[in-house]
Amino acid sequence: MTLETFLQNIANGISLGSLYALIAIGYTMVYGIIRLINFAHADLLMVASYAAFYGILVFALPWWVSFLLAIVITTILGISIEKIAYRPLRDAPRISALISAIGVSFLLENLGIVLLGARPKPFPRPEEVVWNIHLGGISFLSLAIIIPVITLVLLIAVNLIVNKTNVGIAMRAVSRDFETASLMAVDVNKVVVTTFAVGSGLAAVGGIMWSLQYPQIDPLMGVFPGLKCFIAAVMGGIGSVPGAMIGGFILGMGEVMLVGLMPELSGYRDAFAFVVLILILLFKPGGILGEHVVEKV
Amino acid sequence: MLKIENLEVYYGGIHALKGITLEVPENKIVTLVGANGAGKSTTLRAISGLVSPSAGRITFKGEDITGKKTVDIVKGGITLIPEGRRIFANLTVLENLKMGAYARKDKEEIKKDMGKIFELFPRLKEREWQQAGTLSGGEQQMLAIGRALMSRPQLLMMDEPSLGLAPLLVKEVFNIIQDIYNQGMTILLIEQNAAAALQIADYGYVLETGRIVLEGPGKELADNDEVRRAYLGKA
Ligand SMILES: Nc1ncnc2c1ncn2[C@@H]1O[C@H](COP(=O)(O)OP(=O)(O)OP(=O)(O)O)[C@@H](O)[C@H]1O
Ligand SMILES: [Mg+2]
Repeated sequence: MTLETFLQNIANGISLGSLYALIAIGYTMVYGIIRLINFAHADLLMVASYAAFYGILVFALPWWVSFLLAIVITTILGISIEKIAYRPLRDAPRISALISAIGVSFLLENLGIVLLGARPKPFPRPEEVVWNIHLGGISFLSLAIIIPVITLVLLIAVNLIVNKTNVGIAMRAVSRDFETASLMAVDVNKVVVTTFAVGSGLAAVGGIMWSLQYPQIDPLMGVFPGLKCFIAAVMGGIGSVPGAMIGGFILGMGEVMLVGLMPELSGYRDAFAFVVLILILLFKPGGILGEHVVEKV
Repeated sequence: MLKIENLEVYYGGIHALKGITLEVPENKIVTLVGANGAGKSTTLRAISGLVSPSAGRITFKGEDITGKKTVDIVKGGITLIPEGRRIFANLTVLENLKMGAYARKDKEEIKKDMGKIFELFPRLKEREWQQAGTLSGGEQQMLAIGRALMSRPQLLMMDEPSLGLAPLLVKEVFNIIQDIYNQGMTILLIEQNAAAALQIADYGYVLETGRIVLEGPGKELADNDEVRRAYLGKA
């Protein structure tokens, strides 16, 4: 491998890792707070992408208006899913909410197929966002810079929210103990909604950037990235926000490097995620940054 | 200040409270004693809105709060230190205290109260940045009390604050309760340690399988033969 292709691979790995990290946060935050694997999270990528697609191509809105609207719509959808499908089951056995999540996921996917058509559509790439950059001997897409930068900004913002604000402290408190949090006058529902809003918003941004990077969308487009990001969240230690970020980057970088260094293994690209997951869980069952809070009773 | 009339609570088929009537006057310590499973915790949980009573009325400062949401009850001035401390183990000591003040907006006053609590519990000050889960049992209890005080309650309810503490610490906890009371707080206290609780209480109620069987001024109850036999382990 030449230096150029190596650098190219690094850049690709960072971009893919960024996308994984953004989407993985939604899984980990929701799990942290209501112990639910939100299967519908994956489909939010699809919803955001289609919303942006229709905004630009059908309603002829400026690209940035479409993107913003798509983020808003996806966030509202994420919050609504919690209200309609999860909240009524909050005191039910956990498996019920899990089944509900799978149901919502299938519903969104099949609604997508029926309403939007199963055939893939080309995702528009506004030239203000996606252009070619030539630097020395290498050329790359502007996305190689835009995606990591936006991701970095959002990751910093999420960390600030979770660690420094009162809402963030409340999120962590609620994730520990609903009842006691409510004894501190914390409105648990509000905190849960905030969590879903943050997770869904990030998924929307991730979904749109995903579609810019791989500009073809279809109603099932969220399934594989969603699965990978879920793996990233588990790898990092589900419930831990920095864990999801680390897991996302390890997975993205590892996948790209595997294909780059050993092209003959590229068919195993998707299996790679599972192998890494198994290896990590063998040595650290709780994930890389899995919670292991000391507790005395 | 707080009045409970004929409160009844069911857990499924279990009739945990069978009509409880009691009163907590302002600036007094009232204690609720009774054997395991008598319904002491259930009473406090019903006041806080964590369980909903099937019958009866709870009024606080003249206002009916029966069936209100926990968050509103807390905002209304009633704070419960739950059984088993229930500090947030994954949060730092400081964050735990901040959670206590979650509903408050008066930043300056919050800061002042934080200072007061660190004065009351210097050991918490030294451990400000420590994860609360790593505190010793006694320190956790102090944190639970401090956290509750941060909400500036008008009525503080404590569910067995001395549970699992060494005798010396038990004494300390009772001194703290006395201190808080002397500063003008109204307190509803549950204790296994009936002797100590009745010593500092203005008034006491004895609970037996969901019913109040005896009541009276704390010292009087402490001297009552029946109470002495059943709860104080003295002939
Ligand atoms: N969540 C619950 N579900 C079913 N039954 C319950 C529940 N909580 C309490 N009970 C029952 O209600 C009765 C009263 O319990 P409560 O916790 O109020 O007792 P307590 O007086 O606080 O006892 P202790 O001194 O052991 O803490 C008990 O018989 C208990 O088994
Ligand atoms: Mg109890």
